[in-house]
Amino acid sequence: MSYGIRLHIWGERACFTRPELKTERFSYDVITPSAARGILEAIHWKPAIRWCVDRIHVLKPIRFESIRRNEVAGKLPASTVSKGIKSGRTDEVCYYVDQNRQQRAATVLRDVGYVIEAHFEFTARADDSDTAGKHLDIFNRRARQGQCFHHPCLGTREFPANFELIEADVQMPIVDNDLSGERDLGFMLHDIDFANGKAPRFYRARMIDGVIEVPPFAEALA
Amino acid sequence: MTAIANRYEFVLLFDVTNGNPNGDPDAGNLPRLDPETNQGLVTDVCLKRKIRNYVALEKEDEPGHGIYMQEKSVLNQQHQKAYEALEIKPEAKKLPKDQAKARELTAWMCGNFFDVRTFGAVMTTEVNAGQVRGPVQLAFATSIDPVVPMEVSITRMAVTNEKDLEKERTMGRKHIVPYGLYRVHGYVSAKLAERTGFSDDDLELLWRSLTNMFEHDRSAARGEIAARKLIVFKHDNPMGNAPAHRLFDSVQITRVEGEQETPARSYQNYVIAIDREAIPAGVSVEERL
Repeated sequence: MSYGIRLHIWGERACFTRPELKTERFSYDVITPSAARGILEAIHWKPAIRWCVDRIHVLKPIRFESIRRNEVAGKLPASTVSKGIKSGRTDEVCYYVDQNRQQRAATVLRDVGYVIEAHFEFTARADDSDTAGKHLDIFNRRARQGQCFHHPCLGTREFPANFELIEADVQMPIVDNDLSGERDLGFMLHDIDFANGKAPRFYRARMIDGVIEVPPFAEALA
Repeated sequence: MTAIANRYEFVLLFDVTNGNPNGDPDAGNLPRLDPETNQGLVTDVCLKRKIRNYVALEKEDEPGHGIYMQEKSVLNQQHQKAYEALEIKPEAKKLPKDQAKARELTAWMCGNFFDVRTFGAVMTTEVNAGQVRGPVQLAFATSIDPVVPMEVSITRMAVTNEKDLEKERTMGRKHIVPYGLYRVHGYVSAKLAERTGFSDDDLELLWRSLTNMFEHDRSAARGEIAARKLIVFKHDNPMGNAPAHRLFDSVQITRVEGEQETPARSYQNYVIAIDREAIPAGVSVEERL
C-alpha cells in the first residue's frame, strides 16, 4: 500500500459502455473502475506499477443523451496486410466504408464530473529503482501541470477528459444535491482480468451520497 | 521518418451558411443538435472523414499516404485482386499468433497509411500490437450559439416512376442551418506519435487538411462551409506544459458588442479573442488561419 492520489476529471460527454449493450452502446450510470484506471495510466504508468481505484466520487447528476452515427461494420483482417506486404502494394489494403455501413446509436452520459481516489501497487516487474515516492511524484507533477502521455478520455476517445490534481490539503469539489441518499447501481464492470484470458470481473456498485466504494480487484466477482 | 517531438492542442473554428454540416440519422437527416442546449453538433468521425478525403485528394497515390478507410468503391475489382494474390495458407486467415509478426504488420500499416498513422485503426489480431492508437484525437464540434435548423421544401420537375407520371413533379426536403459557427478541440500526443511514426510532415499535412478540408467537400447538402480559424498550441515538453482545458479556455468567442440579442448570420458577428496572458510558459500559440 502506498500513498493515494485524488484526481478531478470532468467533461461534456462520456460513454462507459455496458458490455451487455455494446452494439448499440449504452453507458453505465457512472465511470467504471476500469475506465478510471485507464485515465490514470494516460497520465503516468510503468510496467512496475498497477493503479488501484479505491473510491469514485460522482459530482454531477446522471443524465443521458442519444447519438446515432455511421460506423464501419468490420475490422481489417491481418491476412490482408500480410498480402499487401508480400505484393509490395497498398491498393488492396483498404476498407470501403459505404459497403460496410452500420448505423449505431449510443446512449451517452452528459456533463459528467468525478473524483477518482486511487493508489498504486508494485507488480512483479518492479525493481529497486521503483520507489513509491518516485512514481507518486511523477504522477503528481504531471497531473498538476496538465501533462499526460496521451490525452485521457471518458470511455471513448471522442469524449476527452479534463483533469486536475486535487492536492492533499484541498477540499473535495461539492457533490450535487441530486445524488444524496443511497442508490444501488447494480452490477458494474470492475476491470478486466488480463492475467486470466481477459475475463471480466464485476462488482455491486452502491453509491452513497455520491460516493462509490470500489472493492479491491481480488474481491470482484468473476 | 522521425516522429513529432511536441505535444499539441488545437482549436478549429468553422462556420456553415445555409447548409447542413452533419446530418443526424436518428432525426431524418436534420442537422445534429444538442437536445439540452440546441447547440449544433458535428461528430468527430464526420471531421475525420473529411481529413481523410482531403489527404487522399492532395496525395493521390503517393507512397506512404494511402487511406485505409476508403469512401468510394470499385466493387469486384478489389475482390479479383485478392484472389490473384492469394497464396496464403488458410490458417494465415486467422490471427498471427506470434508477436513479432503482428508488430511487423502494424508497422507496415502505419508506414503506408496516413489515417492509420494519424487516427489509429483496429486490425483483427489477438495480439495487442494489432491495434493502433493514433496520436490525433478529436472531440465533437459544437456551435457557439444555439442553431435553429430550417426545413426547406423543394420541388423537382420530374418523377422517378412511370406510375407517378400524372403527378408531374415530386417534392423533397432540405434541412439547413441558416448560420452556425462551430468550435472543435483536438489533441496530438507526441508519445503516441512515436509509436506510429507520425512525423512533422504529417503534422503539416494535418494542419493543411484542417484548413482546406471543407474547400473540397462542396455539395448540395453542405451549403457554404469554411474553416475560419485554426489556433495551435505547441508544448515545449512532449508530455505537455499545461492542462489542455486551460489552453482551450484562453480562446474566447463572443458576439459583437450590442448584437447579442440578434441571431448571428455571419462570421463578422463574432469576436474571437485569445488571452495570451493566460497561456503558461512553455506553450506557444500559433494561428494557422
